[in-house]
Amino acid sequence: MDNKGVLVCGEIVEGKLAPITIELLGVGRKLADELGEDLSALLMGGKAGGLGQEAIAYGADKVYIAEDSLLDSYNSDAYTQMAADLCQKELPSIVLLGHTDIGCDLAPRLNGRLGGGLAMDCLELSLDSAKMLVSTRPVFGGNAHATMVSKTARPQMATLRPKTVPPAKRDDSRKGEVIPVEGKLDPAALKVKVVERIKEEVEGVKLEDAEVVVSGGRGIGSAQSFEMLRELASVLGGAVGATRPACDEGWAPMTLQIGQTGKVVSPKLYIAVGLSGAIQHIGGCLGSKYIVAINNDKEANIFNVAHFGIVADYKEVLPALTAKFKELLSA
Amino acid sequence: MNIIVCVKQVLDPEIPPAKFKIDPATKKVIPPPGVPPVISVFDERAVEAACRLKDKQGGKITVISLGAAQAAEVVKHTIAMGTDEGFVLQDEAFEDLDSFGIAYVLGKAIEKIGAYDLVLCGRQSADWGNGQVGSILAEIMGIPVVTLACDIEAADKKLKVKRIVKDGYEVLEAPMPSLITASSELGLPRLPAGMRIMIAARTQVPVWKAADIGAQGPELDKAKAHTEVTGLSVPSRKTECEMISGDSPGQAAENLAAKLAKLL
Ligand SMILES: Cc1cc2nc3c(=O)[nH]c(=O)nc-3n(C[C@H](O)[C@H](O)[C@H](O)COP(=O)(O)OP(=O)(O)OC[C@H]3O[C@@H](n4cnc5c(N)ncnc54)[C@H](O)[C@@H]3O)c2cc1C
Repeated sequence: MDNKGVLVCGEIVEGKLAPITIELLGVGRKLADELGEDLSALLMGGKAGGLGQEAIAYGADKVYIAEDSLLDSYNSDAYTQMAADLCQKELPSIVLLGHTDIGCDLAPRLNGRLGGGLAMDCLELSLDSAKMLVSTRPVFGGNAHATMVSKTARPQMATLRPKTVPPAKRDDSRKGEVIPVEGKLDPAALKVKVVERIKEEVEGVKLEDAEVVVSGGRGIGSAQSFEMLRELASVLGGAVGATRPACDEGWAPMTLQIGQTGKVVSPKLYIAVGLSGAIQHIGGCLGSKYIVAINNDKEANIFNVAHFGIVADYKEVLPALTAKFKELLSA
Repeated sequence: MNIIVCVKQVLDPEIPPAKFKIDPATKKVIPPPGVPPVISVFDERAVEAACRLKDKQGGKITVISLGAAQAAEVVKHTIAMGTDEGFVLQDEAFEDLDSFGIAYVLGKAIEKIGAYDLVLCGRQSADWGNGQVGSILAEIMGIPVVTLACDIEAADKKLKVKRIVKDGYEVLEAPMPSLITASSELGLPRLPAGMRIMIAARTQVPVWKAADIGAQGPELDKAKAHTEVTGLSVPSRKTECEMISGDSPGQAAENLAAKLAKLL
């Protein structure tokens, strides 16, 4: 096998390296050191050039910069073409991406084009005794964990779930090489046109950044009753989340769904109200420091993962809980 | 408009975690007795998307399901929802395929079906959840792909797709044919009703073997060998839950608040 080295497909958010990219550079550095090979990064977008040194400070030996303006915001066709071209030229042995909007779309396409072996949504990445990439990922909604390897297909690819590893340490004295990617994108190869991007901003604290999340499920019963969760969240300076059925019903916007196919949050406090704790939901909140469950069914699975629980109708619990917190926090 | 939808039959993903059992030696899940398998949720929404397009502009929906012979049941379920015909792709050679292998076999079946304007898949399966088959399939077939659709419209030989992203959505325009993967934000699937249930019950679902679609030999072997599952385990995550009580639910709530305020 001629493939060598570890390549991180980086992401740029608001002109900076995305947190997941810094996490990937940390993991990538470790893997590259164990292999005795190079760690490189690919940065795409008009402003990528300014970030080359930064990626080096976080651990990259080589940074490929693709500055085409067609890459300024995510375009599936353009990113796939650019990343595939680079991989076909540089032949990395391992390619790592974030399990993000971009990575979830790009990784499988890239894999389809390159013919590698890909594991998505990984919680852990390591090497086995034969120095092959071992990817650990949740399967069956999180009921089980599987490890996967690619014995012969190259590159070995993985998307890493954000916030599962610490970010790489920055060291501005590190040296590396910034390499502009030659070759232009062919606009004719961009078959899918991005017509518009709509942001659905939610008022208040962003769910992913919140220290407290108050989450509601089917048991809440109506959009109106979700207001009770918003009140509690606002007293605690937190954000509201929801289960899929609550989003399906339109009680909460779809962007608030937490779980395997929604957002993954790890606040200090996660208050789960009127939700059963289905495995696909709790996968999105197990990283919370404290989980509190309020449910009128004492057999509900949420009590198996919660630290504190109250078995009762939430309507009789929330008003008193909100009032007491208000009192305690103003004291 | 000719639409092909790929659907998978899976172990009911909503069984209580206590019923979930694996055999670590074979790296397989042991299906709990008496729980029938179901159509994978996102595939069902892909079928719903196809039915909505057909409701608006007419056309034909063909469903394919790669799996065991019992997968005929999920094909019939889609017929009861409103699809027109379906095939099961079953062969010993198709056992334990990885995402590449599955995409390769589906691609061969689609070649055999022939003309299509749109191929739909679920965003990921409800069991292994690899989340790759649709994209690999599109790459193999050399057609554009849009992932995570929550709305699809067709007009003037073009597809207008709303696609879910973390903080909102994107609107994309794709040519025909393209492949689109469906997300749950598409909305709830229709319930089979009336005549359609009877039609589905009477339907014989043909089974295509490896030789029927030319998915065999070294080509299949090559497609298979991309990833391998080397271990399967059930993580232990039992937490001791402290139940907070009080004379009334309100009192319990106050006790809880007092406790949490100290921890935060
Ligand atoms: C592949 C796949 C992916 C999925 N992804 C996700 C995901 O990302 N996020 C997600 O959330 N789900 C996801 N799901 C769905 C998941 O399996 C569950 O169906 C869902 O999480 C259940 O939501 P729920 O807890 O709100 O509803 P239910 O399971 O119906 O629970 C409602 C709970 O409310 C309680 N309750 C009712 N009334 C009251 C009351 N008055 N006071 C207190 N408690 C009350 C009940 O006791 C019950 O426990 C996915 C499913 C699949 C198959």
